[in-house]
Amino acid sequence: MTSPESPAAVEAPALASVRSADGAEPSSRPVPVADRPSPGDHVFKWALTGAALAVPTLLLFLLYELSTGSRLAIDKFGLHFLVDSIWDPVAEQFGAYPLIFGTLLSSFLALLFAVPLSLGVAIYLTEFAPRALRQPVAFVIELLAAIPSVVYGLWGVFVLMPVLKKVVFPVLRDGLGFLPFFQGPIYGPSMLAASMILSIMVMPFIMAVSREVLLAVPGNQREAALALGATRWEAVWTTILPYARSGIMGAVVLGLGRALGETMAVTMLIGNRHEIAASLFAPGYTMAAVIANEFSEAATDMHFSALTYVALALFVVTVLVNAAARLLIWRVARGSGVGSKAL
Amino acid sequence: MVGLMIGCVVLAVLPLLLILGSLIIRGAGSLSVAFFTRPPVPAGETGGGVVHAIVGTLMIVGAASLIGIPLGIGAGIFCAEYPHNRVSWISRFVADVMNGTPSIVVGVFAWTWIVARQKHFSGLAGSAALAMLMVPMVMRTTEEMIKLVPNSLREAALALGYPRWRTSLSIIVRTSLPGIVTGSLLAVARVAGETAPLLFTALGSQYVSFNINQPMAALPLAVFTYATGPYEEWHRNAWATALVLIIVVLVLSVGARVATRRRFQLNG
Repeated sequence: MTSPESPAAVEAPALASVRSADGAEPSSRPVPVADRPSPGDHVFKWALTGAALAVPTLLLFLLYELSTGSRLAIDKFGLHFLVDSIWDPVAEQFGAYPLIFGTLLSSFLALLFAVPLSLGVAIYLTEFAPRALRQPVAFVIELLAAIPSVVYGLWGVFVLMPVLKKVVFPVLRDGLGFLPFFQGPIYGPSMLAASMILSIMVMPFIMAVSREVLLAVPGNQREAALALGATRWEAVWTTILPYARSGIMGAVVLGLGRALGETMAVTMLIGNRHEIAASLFAPGYTMAAVIANEFSEAATDMHFSALTYVALALFVVTVLVNAAARLLIWRVARGSGVGSKAL
Repeated sequence: MVGLMIGCVVLAVLPLLLILGSLIIRGAGSLSVAFFTRPPVPAGETGGGVVHAIVGTLMIVGAASLIGIPLGIGAGIFCAEYPHNRVSWISRFVADVMNGTPSIVVGVFAWTWIVARQKHFSGLAGSAALAMLMVPMVMRTTEEMIKLVPNSLREAALALGYPRWRTSLSIIVRTSLPGIVTGSLLAVARVAGETAPLLFTALGSQYVSFNINQPMAALPLAVFTYATGPYEEWHRNAWATALVLIIVVLVLSVGARVATRRRFQLNG
């Protein structure tokens, strides 16, 4: 879906030809041939402007609703909310530190598994794979992105978790038990199980975006490296990856944004306990999961408010992460819509 | 190195096969005509179906599409037709940011906006949340699709004396319509599987309901309820419901992709 040329390149000749055709004064966009825009043009433009303005308006409204909704909790706890560890709805004491920790840790672990895998796939598909194989494999992996989160959760609970509990976790404990991360009782629902399912879920996003970034690397970069006598692997390593570096970083950060906000599968696998444990076999909690679990059961205004505060914090973090990802991707593939399409 | 990368590909494709495989093995056995036509039975009894969730998903996603798709297409046309307008820059960036907003946050937003004010859960609040997720997706694909239309078409229409708005609608949008439809279908497929925004907006229900202003069931909500419930019968239902859900989602998104691919091949 990505246009092969940058939009600037597409527009430039059109501008020139429209200008030379009717002799109108230079403008930043193609101008209609008629001297006066027809009344329809005004209606058309204003209707579309309304639709386009609705998008930022909705975002501002979302921010407004979330901040008024969390007013009670913000007034009572302030920024201490983010570093306190007690979560006691009965005593109306709320601190989100274990949630934030769980969110960051599970996302980090997910990226740890997913990034090498998806980069390997993306490089293979753009540089090495037989041409007939490229589209189908990319297609199949993008289908993984279409699977609803709750189905991942279902599969994780009934298929993945028993395997992890009976086979993988005991092996890890026997082999790496000297590390604090792999000690303690094995429950099943755990930080590690949630991270595993999360890595399967973010992998297609990172793969798809970094593949598009690699495709956006100009062909002459590749050809120049090969012409200088580099092997295909050297061309990838010395030319293509350095060129695409910030875009690939962007893809990873985009995957991080997905992982931070992922709700259903994590809720079903992480064990939902407000604790910070050194062991990855122990249950944890994430910001998204606590909202999913407690929001419809919250009884007091303060509880609602605290949960909305969590949502607000999660929103701010993901906005920052996503904005950073966009900026990184734009450095490689400016304006080409890489990473914007609905997967 | 190449061998290692082939290993990555195998490892990446494996989950899809495993997930589809277990869905079919564990879910297909419970599918029957009754499963699609009967409402659920109380816990402990066998039989019953998910017609309540099918109706709910159709109505909630339908209402979300009615709001989200026109808004998204309008905003997308604006960004493509007035690319250097400041509004375009802002809404394009905001759409990209919103594309990554966790769906649970949008659910909380719909709760404070609609449920808290109406004082009851409703399918409509769920639709609002889903619509909000659809707008940026539809908008960005619409824009990308319109950008693919050759500028010579626009110039030809303008040179023939078409006003700008007719050029946009009957030439540019008309030409990119298949792509726009594809983008919209992908967005529908994506939100049809969303659970998190519906948890405390549509809430779910055990009855067949056609009133969108009341709590409603939906397929993803039913999967979640059945999967986290304590009964063996519910777990079987969860697999079958998930199979139905994944068929809906995959048919929509594979269909949309195949349709676009054919179009691109025709265009060379």
